Amino acid sequence: MKHLSRFNITSLTLGLAFLYLPIVVLVIYSFNASRLVTVWGGWSLRWYAEFFNDAAMLSAAAMSLRVGVVSATAATILGTLAAVALTRGESFRGRTLFSGMLYAPLVMPEVITGLSLLLLFVAVNAERGFWTVTIAHTTLTMCFVTVVVQSRLGSLDRSLEEAAMDLGCDPLRAFLKVTLPLILPSVAAGWMLAFTLSMDDLVIASFTTGPGSTTLPIRIYSEVRLGVKPEINAICTLIIGSIALVIIAASLASKLSSRQGESAAPL
Amino acid sequence: MDAMLHRETKRGGMTDDARQAPDVAGADIPLLQLDALVKRFGRFTAVDRLALDIKAGEFFALLGPSGCGKTTLLRMLAGFETPDAGRILLDGQDIAGIPPHQRPVNMMFQNYALFPHLSVQDNIAFGLKRAGLPREEIKARVTEMIALLKLESMERRKPDQLSGGQRQRVALARALARRPRLLLLDEPLAALDKKLRENTQAELMRLQRQLGMTFIVVTHDQEEAMMMADRIGVMNAGHLVQVATPRQLYEAPNSRWVAEFVGGVNIIDGKIASRDAGRVTIATPDAGGIIAAAPLQALTTDQVCVAIRPEKVRLSAHESAPDDDDAGGINRLAGVIAGISYLGGQTRYQIRLDSGAQLRASVANIARLDLDAFDPAQRVVAWFAPDDCVVLDR
Amino acid sequence: MSGRRLFTTPARRAAVAPLLWMLLFFLLPFGFVLKISLSQTVIAQPPYVPVFDPAQGMAALKAAFATLSLENFRLLAADHLYILSYLRSIVVALISTAILLAVGYPVAYGMSRLPARWQPIAMILVIVPFWTSFLIRVYAWINILQHDGILNKTLLALHVVSAPVVWLSTDTAMYIGIVYSYLPFMILPLYATLAKIDTTLLEASADLGGSRLATFWLVTFPLSLPGVGAGALLCFIPIVGEFVIPDLLAGSRSPMIGQTLWLEFFTNRDWPVASAIAIVLLVLLLAPLLVYERMQRRQLEGRR
Ligand SMILES: Nc1ncnc2c1ncn2[C@@H]1O[C@H](COP(=O)(O)OP(=O)(O)O)[C@@H](O)[C@H]1O
Ligand SMILES: [Mg+2]
Repeated sequence: MKHLSRFNITSLTLGLAFLYLPIVVLVIYSFNASRLVTVWGGWSLRWYAEFFNDAAMLSAAAMSLRVGVVSATAATILGTLAAVALTRGESFRGRTLFSGMLYAPLVMPEVITGLSLLLLFVAVNAERGFWTVTIAHTTLTMCFVTVVVQSRLGSLDRSLEEAAMDLGCDPLRAFLKVTLPLILPSVAAGWMLAFTLSMDDLVIASFTTGPGSTTLPIRIYSEVRLGVKPEINAICTLIIGSIALVIIAASLASKLSSRQGESAAPL
Repeated sequence: MDAMLHRETKRGGMTDDARQAPDVAGADIPLLQLDALVKRFGRFTAVDRLALDIKAGEFFALLGPSGCGKTTLLRMLAGFETPDAGRILLDGQDIAGIPPHQRPVNMMFQNYALFPHLSVQDNIAFGLKRAGLPREEIKARVTEMIALLKLESMERRKPDQLSGGQRQRVALARALARRPRLLLLDEPLAALDKKLRENTQAELMRLQRQLGMTFIVVTHDQEEAMMMADRIGVMNAGHLVQVATPRQLYEAPNSRWVAEFVGGVNIIDGKIASRDAGRVTIATPDAGGIIAAAPLQALTTDQVCVAIRPEKVRLSAHESAPDDDDAGGINRLAGVIAGISYLGGQTRYQIRLDSGAQLRASVANIARLDLDAFDPAQRVVAWFAPDDCVVLDR
Repeated sequence: MSGRRLFTTPARRAAVAPLLWMLLFFLLPFGFVLKISLSQTVIAQPPYVPVFDPAQGMAALKAAFATLSLENFRLLAADHLYILSYLRSIVVALISTAILLAVGYPVAYGMSRLPARWQPIAMILVIVPFWTSFLIRVYAWINILQHDGILNKTLLALHVVSAPVVWLSTDTAMYIGIVYSYLPFMILPLYATLAKIDTTLLEASADLGGSRLATFWLVTFPLSLPGVGAGALLCFIPIVGEFVIPDLLAGSRSPMIGQTLWLEFFTNRDWPVASAIAIVLLVLLLAPLLVYERMQRRQLEGRR
């Protein structure tokens, strides 16, 4: 009785158009030859060239990439551990506090998280820069990793681990040999999510970074405040393109590897 | 013999005709007529040219293995699937164009489909409110249903606070509350344990008689179908292969498939050797010549099989086997007891005939002491009457 | 040891590292925010007093404690700017959440009615924009909404308006930006609950005489309420503290509280007041945060 009414089709189409149209416009205008962002001057790649000659922008991008890779990796390790503790640890003292601290940052306004971390770094007199931003991003993104991995772990049939232990694995081995391979897609998805969130973050990075270590969003933000610049369109298009590539590759890979398994958690 | 089978109904000797009597004027129009009904899913045909008439007030069971199209048929009646061909007539009216919420038909879903956010009484009242009944009437009917199905004291509970049996009764109450012309029940008892299932079978029969409604019950459990239904339709792979009373179905199956699907049976392949008045003789490699009652239906070839129910096979110790009786002759097969299963009310014997073929016999344990039981490896004679043999196409 | 608990002990050990990390980098910092919200501004580095220095001994620590005061909170209560800012944040978040629900529900509903084969594709389509940068998405709207942007050009071409409309630096632009950025957060939890609704319940409703509309309001909608709650909280809480979107798209007349905090911190370098703002904001959001945390726990840990 799944009936696709006209109403449903319309709302879906409008919803998706709303989500994609602005991005499409942005991508198209990144190829605009004209300096005036709104006047179409023909197709051109000049803004891409401009970006690749913009040393400040490039170094900000490099900084963001480094922060992204390091913090996503740390967040994936910590977040996966947390997910295992939450789904397999039953109850332990401080569990409520633990899960509360893991779920709260998902919705906590970034200005609060950013400010509080900065005050910590100042209080312990840490030099602000790459490491402080990385720590801040790890703290934020590990919570997302936890949720993604946890929802996969929760749906995993526990009797698989029990079977492994029944066949002579100790719990650690059962985890490494049976559980981990099964949750690997969601661990990978968690890493990806952590990486993009880190690449994306403006507010927390603004608070926790120091002079000389500007991230890409901070750099873009200071440009955007002054108005639309075609070069920013080009950068944004590059970012969108690389993300699209990764998503397509990931979904193809997961389709090929597990036709029957559940897809990794959303987000 | 056939006439005898027809007459037999299980309800205190009341005949089919007597049960139909109250049905007034259009008594000769069946309540439901299915005419060459077809449903395909892609290239797969789930229901194939199915024709069936169901009379008002009848308790009809659809019996068939899992996946044979029973649910699909019910869903077409309820309006959730559109037939690809054929007609569904209710009271002589084609109901093809009527959406589910306007059909005078209700369904009890296989998984009950109780609304989890509504209490028991709100679940029962749901359909009544949709019908726009006045509030007092709704209240009265809900109370009536709650009493009828013994759901007192749980009116305010939510479905997840009920046991399986209680949920089943709420689902039934909800469907009955609208007093549909036709109630469809999709495996209503499948989720219940054995004891509860047996009680509920009796309960369903009581309700159906009390309310004078027409029930179509889907089941894959033949005992359940035989216990409850006036008539049973046996389905296989989208086809309705036989429609008959329970006794007819068991004693006079119209095909080898039905014989094997309904109850245990011995099947012996053979070839018709000779026919004379009321009798045929079948030459079989496994059991020699078997004399059987002449088949009721036409056979397509003389390559046939003989079906004998295990309880119709009698056993005697080798030396004391009965002699041929005068008239038709008795079929006698010599062999040894190869296996014994004691089941309480009966004992099943596995007999290895001298030809090497296996034969099953079940013997009612009519005495507590096992004086007339057989021992393993004992030589016996298995014998059965020609009238107990059904000759079918292979 | 029962089967369910086989994993318990080693799994608990897995909690150690993340627990310490979160204690150190999530919980502890709030202590500093609280402490600094009770301090005074000075022109120094760091720009507040007192600074606790354990090296100076117990007496100095005590003296420093004595100088803590509620002065900053009094300031927040007395100055209309702050109160209006909090109010505006809450109003904006409420309105945005309402719009998000109105826009997101039909989309999520449409997704849940798609043939099963198409549903994962629709879900990916909704998620993909979420993976593209937040900043980029807001920036994309600046492209569209600016004075001679594509929206005004289209409207002029269609003769809907006779002169370009001012979109940027208005509340309209801000709401568009917020709805655009948070839409996936609304759609996904809604879709998750809608897709879980057993279709036989809808058939049962139709069987019992429920028209499509009746079935929607009496069965589908009540059963989707958990998703509505999750989506609403997932959007409402962060929108209250939103900084980037109002900063880039809304006018500067009445800032949201995130902007005010940012201004106090970066422009006025008044860290104590910024901290006090954060503490009050946290207290305001505490109730919805706790509800959200419970819902999240129940959903992920399957507790009833
Ligand atoms: N919506 C559907 N799409 C495709 N095949 C279906 C659908 N519904 C049922 N079928 C197929 O039709 C056949 C009959 O199903 P069903 O009527 O449910 O059988 P049952 O007799 O067990 O109730 C099965 O093989 C089933 O796989
Ligand atoms: Mg079925």
